[in-house]
Amino acid sequence: MNISTDKTLQSRRRFLENISRAAGGAALYGIGLGLYSQQATSLPAQSLRPPGVVNESDFLSACVRCGLCVRDCPYDTLKLSRLGDDVALGTPYFDARKVPCEMCEDIPCVKACPTGALDPAMQNIDDARMGLAVLIDQESCIAFQGLRCEVCFNVCPLANKAISLNRTHNQRTGKHALIVPVIHSDACTGCGKCEHACILEAAAIKVLPARLAKGELGHHYRLGWKEKKKAGESLVTPDLPHKYNLPEGADYDYEGEGLIPAPGNNDSPFNKSAIDRLNEELK
Amino acid sequence: MSQPENNTSKMSRRDFVKTNAIAATATAAGITIPGIKETLAASQASSDKIRWDKAPCRFCGTGCSVLVGTQGGKIVATQGDPDAPVNKGLNCIKGYFLSKIMYGKDRLTKPLLRKTNGQYDKEGEFTEVSWDEAFDIMAVKWKEAMKNDMAANVGKPADKLTSTVGMFGSGQWTIFEGYAASKLMKAGFRSNHIDPNARHCMASAVGGFMRAFGSDEPMGCYDDLEHADAFVLWGSNMAEMHPILWTRITDTRLTKPGCEVHVLSTFEHRCFDLGDNNMVFTPQTDLAILNYIANYIVQNKAYDENFINKHTNFKKTPTDIGYGLRPEHELEKKKTGTGGKLSSITFEEYAKSIKGYTLDYAHEISGVPKANLLRLAKLYADPTKKITSLWTMGFNQHTRGVWANGLIYNVHLLTGKISQPGNGPFSLTGQPSACGTAREVGTFSHRLPADYVVKKKEHRDLAEKIWELPEGTIPGKPGYHAVLQNRMLKDSKLNVYWVMCNNNVQAAANLNEETMPGYRNPDNFIVTSDPYPTVTAMASDLILPTAMWTEKEGAYGNAERRTQFWRQQVNAPGEAKSDLWQLMEFSKRFKVEDVWPTDLIAKSPQYKGKTLFNVLFENGFVNQFKQQVVTDDRGNTYANDEMEAFGFYPQKGLFEEYRRFQQEGPKKGHEQAPFDTYHKVRGLRWPVINGKETLWRYAEGYDPYVKKGEGIRFYGNKDGRANIITAPYEAAAESPDKEYDLWLSTGRVLEHWHSGSMTRRVPELYRAFPDAVVFMHPDDAKKRGLRRGMTAKIISRRGEVECMVETRGRNRPPVGLVFVPWFDAGRLINKVTLDATDPLSKETDYKKCAIKIEKVA
Repeated sequence: MNISTDKTLQSRRRFLENISRAAGGAALYGIGLGLYSQQATSLPAQSLRPPGVVNESDFLSACVRCGLCVRDCPYDTLKLSRLGDDVALGTPYFDARKVPCEMCEDIPCVKACPTGALDPAMQNIDDARMGLAVLIDQESCIAFQGLRCEVCFNVCPLANKAISLNRTHNQRTGKHALIVPVIHSDACTGCGKCEHACILEAAAIKVLPARLAKGELGHHYRLGWKEKKKAGESLVTPDLPHKYNLPEGADYDYEGEGLIPAPGNNDSPFNKSAIDRLNEELK
Repeated sequence: MSQPENNTSKMSRRDFVKTNAIAATATAAGITIPGIKETLAASQASSDKIRWDKAPCRFCGTGCSVLVGTQGGKIVATQGDPDAPVNKGLNCIKGYFLSKIMYGKDRLTKPLLRKTNGQYDKEGEFTEVSWDEAFDIMAVKWKEAMKNDMAANVGKPADKLTSTVGMFGSGQWTIFEGYAASKLMKAGFRSNHIDPNARHCMASAVGGFMRAFGSDEPMGCYDDLEHADAFVLWGSNMAEMHPILWTRITDTRLTKPGCEVHVLSTFEHRCFDLGDNNMVFTPQTDLAILNYIANYIVQNKAYDENFINKHTNFKKTPTDIGYGLRPEHELEKKKTGTGGKLSSITFEEYAKSIKGYTLDYAHEISGVPKANLLRLAKLYADPTKKITSLWTMGFNQHTRGVWANGLIYNVHLLTGKISQPGNGPFSLTGQPSACGTAREVGTFSHRLPADYVVKKKEHRDLAEKIWELPEGTIPGKPGYHAVLQNRMLKDSKLNVYWVMCNNNVQAAANLNEETMPGYRNPDNFIVTSDPYPTVTAMASDLILPTAMWTEKEGAYGNAERRTQFWRQQVNAPGEAKSDLWQLMEFSKRFKVEDVWPTDLIAKSPQYKGKTLFNVLFENGFVNQFKQQVVTDDRGNTYANDEMEAFGFYPQKGLFEEYRRFQQEGPKKGHEQAPFDTYHKVRGLRWPVINGKETLWRYAEGYDPYVKKGEGIRFYGNKDGRANIITAPYEAAAESPDKEYDLWLSTGRVLEHWHSGSMTRRVPELYRAFPDAVVFMHPDDAKKRGLRRGMTAKIISRRGEVECMVETRGRNRPPVGLVFVPWFDAGRLINKVTLDATDPLSKETDYKKCAIKIEKVA
């Protein structure tokens, strides 16, 4: 897993700036020059656009570099790119690890935009798609090692929707559970609060542009349980009621737990009668 | 992703030269190569190896073990101890940052005294002074107070003695520190006005244990978490407060077929995510729900008749006993009952007393749907289900906390589901040594070491025998408890006061009316020992810089009776000294003549002219353990600054003396192993008999004090029986009304420990949860013109505080209740809380008071 960090980007930039005295380094970065010329017009992976940007090229053609969105950002999240930054000159962006988007309910940055580069049709900040959080390094994330952290989940403004927690058995200890964050692309706005708050030296969770972060299922396949949920019923129905040859007292649950054996003898002085009796009395 | 685990240590000299060369080239070229600095730094440091040694985590009562990595006199890293049975190498996020808690930029390194023009002045500015000067002024103040006390006590018997000397201690003290403090106060200064912050935390649990079983602390252990079929959480947010234990419950729930988790709380929290049966009840009505369950069991004859006939007594307790407020408070004038003296009743009388707690009634009063209540009752009634009930502050911080603890015991005793693997009520502990220190060594105002109490002459006799004191030294009247201490400071009845290892100005309820007036009362001299300048330190007159955690040798006892030791790993910064050193060194300032009347000294003339240090610590027993080199089995050596200072091994001497209380008194079942054993094990669960730990107390086979054929014996009580004590539902001290229309509950969050004095100094933890917020229902916010992220003013009859509104977070209160965590020194929620306490346990109810919320313009 190769992670593109700020450091490598900066070093590429400095390389170009100092090209005249970089004779020694030129050999190290021979390939880098080619890469740079390809990427110069594209947004660096960790520079995020304000809410309301639908796609980068439309945004770049509509943005007049007026800086009003930056001025109206109450949390100083947004910055204007300057000469030498990798972001197109004069356009707004933010770095989530430094200052994330606070997801203001009244979306002042979008309101300030005079040209519609930030889409005024976006009324609900939860609809923003500034990027997508990715738990990019499960090796370093302490939750995946069984420690109790969950900071990214707890700071997520859409906790339980954009980030939920998944519980699994910890095979190493045999008696603890892993409680790990899972990100849901249908709800994550890319605000970056998770990346900002990640307690590691370098964040294990990072917000990336959706085009980099998101995979795509083969068009020839569907996940059956998701299709069923979407449809609200089985796509193919019905089943006849199932009947089974079973010993006395046993039962079989077709969709649930399968075989339910006959209850065995119990040595307790109360045997099995109490709960049955209780239930009977309730009736 | 297949990097070698430790690539730096495998780096050869050749690699090192190569890396340096690459770095040099890159520097010349004006470029940086990612990771090169780190690689260089690590390869240079690896020549100096990290020493690893074990210690319990500094934070909660779970008692996770960690390995502490020391290098160059500094803790540079920690790791979860993979061989520790509690946590198997895991930690929570606080434990992850243990190596940073001692290195906050504002560590106190010199004593600070309030002075004006070079003289002590209560209104002066904090000025650096030497330890000598600090102890000089303290000794002057203490001697003056005790001179007055001696004059007031002339001719009084032991149980009528009064004192103006007080101390507020801690469930975060080491065992040795708590024991030394208790001895210095109760024997040396002859004052029982010593109480730990565990009063705010575990006092109701203690009361519940003593009344039901005659012996403190749980019968079960953490193995219950794997053996139970069902868990019921009563007022405990384990998901955040006992994070590692919660992963054990979660794992059992995930892997054991049929396992269920039932959660009861006054608001939804993180445990609800796992719960199979979640119940949000109206505050205080847990009492009614508990009685409903007992009634259900009785009505349906689901009780274990054989068990209750053989092992229980039925009792009742006085009712309408008030709310532990000042006697002149309106609520106190109205009460008709008092105290907790138990009287015997029959099973039939017991059954009658709870008959009114029907499903309908429980539902109406609690607001919990009937189906959920019924499911819970049927679970307890099911004889085939092994149930572990767990609780923490929801039960304990309750104006009927002792009752609530008792009512859950009733349910377990009625069904006989107790003292068996997976079956039992389990009182979780908040602090790392609430059990080991606060409770076990007698730092409560009414207690002596090992469950003995000051009120009983024969118990004082035992302490005086072991401590070799003249008869009548220890006062017989229980001292001022935590809440009363603040009131007595305000009323000038307590005049010299030492706060150690806690932050009570941030913790104690009703700050404006009951805490600050006492601390700033001109009649009083207040000393605070702490590693950091907490709000308590700032409210004091003298601050003593204190060594913390592994800057001293220590021992903690966790919630499952596990005693864990650690060695000193590093030196404290500057002139910071451990609480143990401070207590013992200060005792040198007093001749017995300064503190004891002549008639008492006459009984032990050998003490004439001796110092309290001579009498209490250099007493021939404690100091018999000579100075030695502290080592481990790998040949590492460790410092012990207290041993260095006093010329003997004080931790060992104090622990071995404490063990005599476990062995020489009439009470059995508290035995611990010899001192040296604990440095060689990852904790032992007491009682330790013939070198063997006890997992389940009171059960034959598991507990050597239960004879063959007895099955169960609750030997803490003389008749071997536990008490089923009936107690009714009674209303909270303060409920919402028209003006103050919301309930306020307070508590903790996962990221911060208590008042945040350690965790808020870790930048990552601060960033993860920087400031306290008010968790509230979106409808409640909307009604007051508030939205998430806006600032709200939280106002009670006692004070107000401003917080940001959170409507989406981890806690989801119902309409009518808000929750505010108390870790934030910048937003002191204890200005708002009410100092109503359980009249039996004297523990404050931090979970219920009435407030209103306004929008801040």
